[in-house]
Amino acid sequence: MASRETPLHGTHDDLGAKFTDFGGWQMPVEFESIRVEHEAVREEAGIFDVSHMGQIEVSGPDATTLMQRLTTNDVTALDPGESQYSAITREDGVIIDDTIVYRYPDGEAAGATGEETSFLFIPNAGHDEQMYDRWVDYRDEAGLEATVENTTETWGMIAVQGPDAPGLVTDAVTELEGSAPADTVSAFSRNEAGFGTIAGARCFIAKTGYTGEPGFEVMCPTDDAVDVWEAFDCEPCGLGARDTLRIEKGFLLSGEDFHPEEEPRTPFEAGIGFAVKLDTEFVGRDALEAQNEEGIDERFTGVKLLDRGVPRGGYELRADGEPVGHLTSGTMSPTLSEPIALGYLSTDCEEGDRISVVVRGDEKRAKVVTPPFV
Amino acid sequence: MSFEIPDDLRYRETHEWTTTGDTVRFGISDFAQDELGDIVFVELPDVGDTVEQTGEFGVVESIKAVSDIYAPVSGEVTAVNDAVFDKPELVNEDPYGDGWLIEIEVSDEGEFDDLLDADEYEAQIE
Repeated sequence: MASRETPLHGTHDDLGAKFTDFGGWQMPVEFESIRVEHEAVREEAGIFDVSHMGQIEVSGPDATTLMQRLTTNDVTALDPGESQYSAITREDGVIIDDTIVYRYPDGEAAGATGEETSFLFIPNAGHDEQMYDRWVDYRDEAGLEATVENTTETWGMIAVQGPDAPGLVTDAVTELEGSAPADTVSAFSRNEAGFGTIAGARCFIAKTGYTGEPGFEVMCPTDDAVDVWEAFDCEPCGLGARDTLRIEKGFLLSGEDFHPEEEPRTPFEAGIGFAVKLDTEFVGRDALEAQNEEGIDERFTGVKLLDRGVPRGGYELRADGEPVGHLTSGTMSPTLSEPIALGYLSTDCEEGDRISVVVRGDEKRAKVVTPPFV
Repeated sequence: MSFEIPDDLRYRETHEWTTTGDTVRFGISDFAQDELGDIVFVELPDVGDTVEQTGEFGVVESIKAVSDIYAPVSGEVTAVNDAVFDKPELVNEDPYGDGWLIEIEVSDEGEFDDLLDADEYEAQIE
């Protein structure tokens, strides 16, 4: 199957990007260099094309019930214009995907018919069709009245991240609508969102991101994506920097740090138990309640290599020569210039413990570090 | 984008270069360092080890990828560029100069016939 292209593909090409296939999308992996892009986001600001992320809108009288049944967090805690991190789990509690759920200002979704509660959620790249089907199938089986629309091809999505990002976005917004949570986007609290105008386009502007820096994610109509991108004067960044930034903060990457077949993990194992509300009814709740009572054998944590080398996903972890887990992501941290990694480790090991990472057959000294690394 | 491909070197399809003569240096090409991006770690054999033509003789890791590197010709290692252990970015900055990797005493000069010249290598990466 041919790769999908974002509306910004030509812009990236003009900027000299190197591309890679990611989740079925042709995406820029780097422009100038991962290190330069990474440092720009930590010290100033960088701009990412994240249009490969899925977008699913859910509206109608039973929209809240449908979202509550298929995500692990409590959507009823959201006021209009707020968002929350959440997971989508199977009956056995294994994570299928992680996501941000936005509650739209009332009546905003494409399929909305009035002032009802409606949602937008963001599945990971390449998961939009699977999630659309999951929502529609569950809705139909449960006899719920809700409209589900896959708007992935309708929206472009741009992330502006870094200490300078709030100022850049504030300057770019020419008009903020009355339904927004504050008069200016710089006054938004973390995870708040509202509609406003950038480069003449009506955009959904959210104070979210996945770099650990202050920043915004802007969803804009596909046809306006190039104009919105050009409204920001900062370092263009690719997926390479996005990966090193999120590893430094200990954020999960779908498909690497969890995968329903290759790395089946529950939210408790993956360290996102905070996004599980066991007092709500959702697919996987009973399995997760049982695991919450029994405890877990392995947990997601960080490892810092003390010897020379680069830790990578798939490398084995040992303590006293015995296997105690494995890595799922790793890199040479551009901020620290130290080799860092994330993975699953026996709960018998604690922060600060000395362990080893098997790098191409050699045991290299390492220690257990609770993320974030920076 | 055009890459530097010195005329006086020989190349492997896998993007390593070698000088020619009795004692030669190996490195990776300008194209290879650009493809890999920011190089952060280099693993090389010790002086006295032998390397075999087409065999792996080390590893170059960038932030995004791990790459095995292959010997253009066979021989015994006579020197290793220790500078790239502390400053792996030398391979990015000067792949044919300060970013060289190892030096070997060639055991079979006939093996140079198996390598690409600059024009042939340029045609391969176009």
